[in-house]
Amino acid sequence: MTQNLERHSYDIVVIGAGGAGLRAAVEAREAGLSVAIVCKSLFGKAHTVMAEGGAAASMGNVNDNDNWMVHFRDTMRGGKFLNHYRMAELHAKEAPDRIWELETWGALFDRTKEGKISQRNFGGHEYPRLAHVGDRTGLELIRTMQQRIVALQQQDKRDHGDAEKNLKVFAEVTITEILRENGKIAGAYGYRRENGEEILFEAPAVVIATGGVGKTFKITSNSWEGTGDGHALALKAGANLVDMEFLQFHPTGMVWPLSVKGILVTESVRGEGGILTNSLGERFMFKYIPDVFKDKYADNEAEADRWYIDQDNNRRPPELLPRDEVARAINTEVKAGRGTEHGGVFLDVSKRLSAEIIKKRLPSMWHQFYELAGVDITKEAMEVGPTCHYVMGGVEVDPDSAAAIGVEGLFAAGEVAGGMHGSNRLGGNSLTDLLVFGRRAGMGAAEYVKSHGANPVSDATIEKAAAKIAAPFTRTGGENAYSLHQELQEVTHNLVGIIRTGAELTEAIEKIAELRERSGNISVTGDRLFNPGFHLAFDLDNMLLVAESTAKSALLREESRGGHTRDDFPGMNSTWRQVNHIASFDGTQVSIKAQPLPELPKELFDLFDVHELEKYMTAQEISKGGTK
Amino acid sequence: MARTLKLRIWRGNDKDGGLQDVTVEANHGEVVLDIIHRVQATQMGDLAVRWNCKAGKCGSCSMEINGKPRLACMTQVSSYPEDEVITITPLRAFPVIKDLVTDVSFNYKKAMEIPAYAHPADVAPGEARMQQVDVERSQEFRKCIECFLCQDTCHVIRDHEENKKSFAGPRFFIRIAELDMHPLDTLRNRKQSAQEEHGLGMCNITKCCTEVCPEHIRITDNAIIPMKERVVDVKYDPLRWLGSVIRKRDGIL
Repeated sequence: MTQNLERHSYDIVVIGAGGAGLRAAVEAREAGLSVAIVCKSLFGKAHTVMAEGGAAASMGNVNDNDNWMVHFRDTMRGGKFLNHYRMAELHAKEAPDRIWELETWGALFDRTKEGKISQRNFGGHEYPRLAHVGDRTGLELIRTMQQRIVALQQQDKRDHGDAEKNLKVFAEVTITEILRENGKIAGAYGYRRENGEEILFEAPAVVIATGGVGKTFKITSNSWEGTGDGHALALKAGANLVDMEFLQFHPTGMVWPLSVKGILVTESVRGEGGILTNSLGERFMFKYIPDVFKDKYADNEAEADRWYIDQDNNRRPPELLPRDEVARAINTEVKAGRGTEHGGVFLDVSKRLSAEIIKKRLPSMWHQFYELAGVDITKEAMEVGPTCHYVMGGVEVDPDSAAAIGVEGLFAAGEVAGGMHGSNRLGGNSLTDLLVFGRRAGMGAAEYVKSHGANPVSDATIEKAAAKIAAPFTRTGGENAYSLHQELQEVTHNLVGIIRTGAELTEAIEKIAELRERSGNISVTGDRLFNPGFHLAFDLDNMLLVAESTAKSALLREESRGGHTRDDFPGMNSTWRQVNHIASFDGTQVSIKAQPLPELPKELFDLFDVHELEKYMTAQEISKGGTK
Repeated sequence: MARTLKLRIWRGNDKDGGLQDVTVEANHGEVVLDIIHRVQATQMGDLAVRWNCKAGKCGSCSMEINGKPRLACMTQVSSYPEDEVITITPLRAFPVIKDLVTDVSFNYKKAMEIPAYAHPADVAPGEARMQQVDVERSQEFRKCIECFLCQDTCHVIRDHEENKKSFAGPRFFIRIAELDMHPLDTLRNRKQSAQEEHGLGMCNITKCCTEVCPEHIRITDNAIIPMKERVVDVKYDPLRWLGSVIRKRDGIL
């Protein structure tokens, strides 16, 4: 087996070619290292292309009151103060530079009248802050970085005669295992999706940038790639996952027709003035403004409408509350029988904006509804409902270097990393998260490789990894991966969804364990040539580990906060705010331990009005006033 | 289940293959990709298909449906008459790997041949000032999702393997046009190199690419024709030729 194996040797392997992976690769390559980028899809197809609304950065181009401190405060509020403060701080400080840098690589954002990058309003952001290109901002990010990588390859071609000398993309390759020798990272092992042939990367550093876990759920805005690969690979390699109970259900996914259920309807629709109504025609969001946000959100229609014209003297419309609040409100309306025919609510932008402006500002939304649902959003309301969109939890990392805690040589950035967004992510913070921490992961990995040498992979390790890939073909008449996947999605949807209870979570944990046992007996029909049934067998293993981590963390957290709502513990509890849940894997099951959340240092504590902090923190924390 | 659907799906690999008949149920509102997934989950576990976002944004599920290059995720089953057999085949311009999956590496090679964006040395990050009206021309081309349907349908290469070497294809003509119209790009002579190195001259403006573009980019009218016209201008008008030599950028012409 090891004799004919396709082998490659690099300084760094980046798994995932979305925003974070590409940004990490660019950084590491510019630091003079050789980098392999490995992705499951073709180059340029990553889920980042689906990001619509924009990238949040306090450039202050539209409202010059904005700065990193305001952005930091908004991010912490959005995450209900469970964020790792240092990640939120680095993100807020560095986001503008990361956006401007994209312009030097050819990105073309929409402009203000003065010719600067335009910025739009979004849920939870105090000022217009999202750099955008219509509603296809993610595509612009991916394309810009894809083209930056091509530019670096062209440079290598000129300098060395080989475009792929220092930076090579391995498209349509699945990584099944991150390899370690002597406890440290030594490389990654996987197979080419095209022909099933196995492939070994030897590298002393691995950056995981694999994105999210949405496919673990039945209704999701995520593409097929969102199967939690990086989360599971990290767990299996000895790293930890932090706060996996927090999943963001985006309030507005399409609900009809069935085949497009879950596909995202960008928050920009609400940012541009879209309102939410129930089947009785009530603009219901006014009923759902939580106490902690009462001073920032309008409680009547007149003020909410005035805000679009005068933002300095009016409070924001409640449609622009953070996503967790809006998703829960929609869920409640539908459960109370005030939903639409297809189990959603109405989102209408046609009454506020002209058809021409809608088509200009929300072109892909118009297109999406017109072509897939036969709805003209310039004339009619959309039907929308919550869809599993984003996982806040992820690999526990050191904020400055993106190094995974617990495994030397492993790094993680983007959605797969945890901590940055606390219990709930603000829209627009993901795209800048990718850039800020993608770059930091590239830097962190480069520094690590420079100070540590190569770490060769042994034959024994290779043989073990190869045996796992061969296993599904050695069985016949076993379980069908497609059916098991559907069963898992039913369990997560019904028992680990938007609203949870202790009893349901306990049941989910048992069912996931049963599915995990059955998945050990998956057999695959056909051969190794581009065989999706074979591919799913590996993706499924990852999703099972993610689901187990989420269900177990969720059972332990006896409060409701952000993307974790317990029907049996409906309130937010300040003592729970001091707790992170750390998931680890011993080879057979996931276990969770509580760990203290890093405390806000005094200089960041002092950025807030103490009366605001009193809503989140214990009296003891308030009197301490942050760490000195 | 709203209707029973008859499909003919091409199955095979780079050596041989053929159409196979399949009968499958289809629900109201479903797209062709949904149907392929149902076939995969219930009848052909190893049916190969590339897809990703299933929302018309990533350009992965390109294939030919009743002979027309299309995205399977944006093709409603209801757009075909009840009794019609839907024939699904892989992209014809590229070599088959398996079933509906083709080797599209041609396009990535061509991408590598187009000189990258060149940012002006004197415009620091954050200092760029551009008017919306000026960025919009390039933004139209940056909507491209790289589904390569335009490449697939272009008759210059669709049935002429020998042209692939010297012809970049519509996707890369809009890439060149995008850079050429970029308000800040400093690289000169993009139009001439489109003509001389990337095969712009081989295009005879049949607009097939524009017709299949799922993003409705006006490839021929807004990218190819303007570039062709200006190339001709510069080449045959001595004053314009001189201007192109002495001015900072030929794009201002």
